[in-house]
Amino acid sequence: MSASSVPILEAVDLVKHFPKVRAVDGISFAVPAGICFGLLGPNGAGKSTTIEMLEGLLTPTSGRVLYHGERLGQRHRERIGIQFQNTALQDHLTVHENLRFFGALYPVRRPLSELIALCQLEEFLDRDSRKLSGGQRQRLLLAIALINNPDLIFLDEPTTGLDPQARRNFWDMVTDLKRLGNTIVLTTHYMEEAYLLCDDIVIVDHGKIIARGAPAQLLAQHFNDSVLELPMVEARKLDGGPLRYAAIGESAEILTPDVNAAVGVLLAAGVSLAQLRIRPRTLEDLFIELTGRALRA
Amino acid sequence: MSGFWRRLSATTWARSLEFIRDRASLGWNLVFPVFLVAGLAFVFSGPGQPLFKVAVLAPSTAKLDVDLHPFLSTPQVQFYRETDRDSALPKVQRHRIDLLLDFTQTPARYWLNTQSAKGELLERLLIASPGAKLERETTTGREIRYVDWVAPGVLGMNMMFACLFGIGYVVVRYRKNGYLKRLNATPLRPLEFLLAQLISRLALILIVNAAVFAACRVVLGLRMEGSYFDLLLVTAVGAFSMIAMGLVVSARMSSEEVAGGILNVLSMPMTVLCGVFFSMDGAPRILQLAAQLLPLTHMLEAARAVMLDGAGLAQIYPNLVALAAMSVIYLGLGAALFKWRQD
Repeated sequence: MSASSVPILEAVDLVKHFPKVRAVDGISFAVPAGICFGLLGPNGAGKSTTIEMLEGLLTPTSGRVLYHGERLGQRHRERIGIQFQNTALQDHLTVHENLRFFGALYPVRRPLSELIALCQLEEFLDRDSRKLSGGQRQRLLLAIALINNPDLIFLDEPTTGLDPQARRNFWDMVTDLKRLGNTIVLTTHYMEEAYLLCDDIVIVDHGKIIARGAPAQLLAQHFNDSVLELPMVEARKLDGGPLRYAAIGESAEILTPDVNAAVGVLLAAGVSLAQLRIRPRTLEDLFIELTGRALRA
Repeated sequence: MSGFWRRLSATTWARSLEFIRDRASLGWNLVFPVFLVAGLAFVFSGPGQPLFKVAVLAPSTAKLDVDLHPFLSTPQVQFYRETDRDSALPKVQRHRIDLLLDFTQTPARYWLNTQSAKGELLERLLIASPGAKLERETTTGREIRYVDWVAPGVLGMNMMFACLFGIGYVVVRYRKNGYLKRLNATPLRPLEFLLAQLISRLALILIVNAAVFAACRVVLGLRMEGSYFDLLLVTAVGAFSMIAMGLVVSARMSSEEVAGGILNVLSMPMTVLCGVFFSMDGAPRILQLAAQLLPLTHMLEAARAVMLDGAGLAQIYPNLVALAAMSVIYLGLGAALFKWRQD
């Protein structure tokens, strides 16, 4: 295998047992360089355990993780970047001091000026890191993850808790990173985020991979229909007719492969189209279909 | 600079900045011991301490009671056994005890510091008591004020709290809030992290305590008979051993409450047994032996020997060796047990 064809990251039959649970049960995949790879799954599915094994923070019970075709070691630790979902930083240090500190831990460092511009930190460089807003803090954590100019970046639910503006701003930064050729492994609970950013995704549940592919390809594989959303009061006019609907709160959803024909049925039944919404199937639909609607711990 | 030194110095620098900028913590560490020493000096240096303390050298089979000599039934006097005249006599000279009775010799004799008013009063009671007459021996020596004696104890106690809680709490907090997990994702190694915590805390403790010592020396006129270098060495080795002890407690814990409880379990006996406020002379033998297992005991013994008796390294080396041995054991144990993350 030539050097260029070796995946930057590979999981081979990963298994992780905890005393009372088999958290990961034989997961295998390979991540080619230069893509954004999404690792999705409901709470308790084994996603976090898997990513911690990929990051080298957790030792697998069996199986192995390969980085550039080699077992994880000091080189992996020096060349990857990780943005944790929840992490504290040293108290009483400014943003600039945090960057200098983390930079000193690595043999190779990205120039601070470049990093500050990339993550838009100029405005609050001298601010105590405890006094940052949610979005500013995530930008700092991303900068720390990028400080060693990594070729593989793990982003663990990086936009959880951010407002819509900050989330979109973060997506722009990730898009820039992709454009620069970085490989990204992303976990997120936001399916819209995964759809927008990921080139390839796996969905994990009960410790196993239950779906894998490019988002659009997965949607095409699993769905050939679209969704019509109506107020429940209008949907009840379809009772006894050929179209079936599912109640989702105060709304109803109709799945149909032929939107034109379905709209014709609605009109014939006297359904008002004023609040009709037609949308294609989304990654969230797929996620719910594959993992179920039941709440996870 | 090699990777080891670069990572070590960066981590030490970051931790030191955190401590220095935590003004409440720094202020407390600076001000508290000065007030405590001054307060204790005010409370205990005045008249009105009713208790006399008399050391007794006697055959091990003899009980310290009226059968040995009727004087031993004198009320308001604490009699306790000493085993060695060479170690007991300096206590008479330093006014730490008021009289020394020696029943191991024939005839029995007593040692009196002629500069001690309490000693002279006790001598009158001794002469007036029935029973065999004891031969009089005298010695002299300037009185050590209580504040001179207690100041090393209070500074040592403050240092103990700073070492144990300063390192133990911080590492547990780092683990609980995920900061250790973040560091674990970098090339920083456990030993580098632990050494950085140790160096940072040790340097800050030495600087803070030097400042507090200087303030006490100026304000209270503390006695200093020995070498400042020896005192610094004692302080450094003592603090090192207690920081290492704190690292053992924090090696894998992630609950501040549990860590706080364990640190209290360690610090309270040290406060009581190691002679911070009162001499352990006269305490039961088992407690004195237990105290020898605690680093604060050795640090205070050595510091007082240097400050009050002008002892040099030749006299205090057993304490230094004990502290060094404890440091190696605690540090090794801490490094072996250390975990970056919570279970």
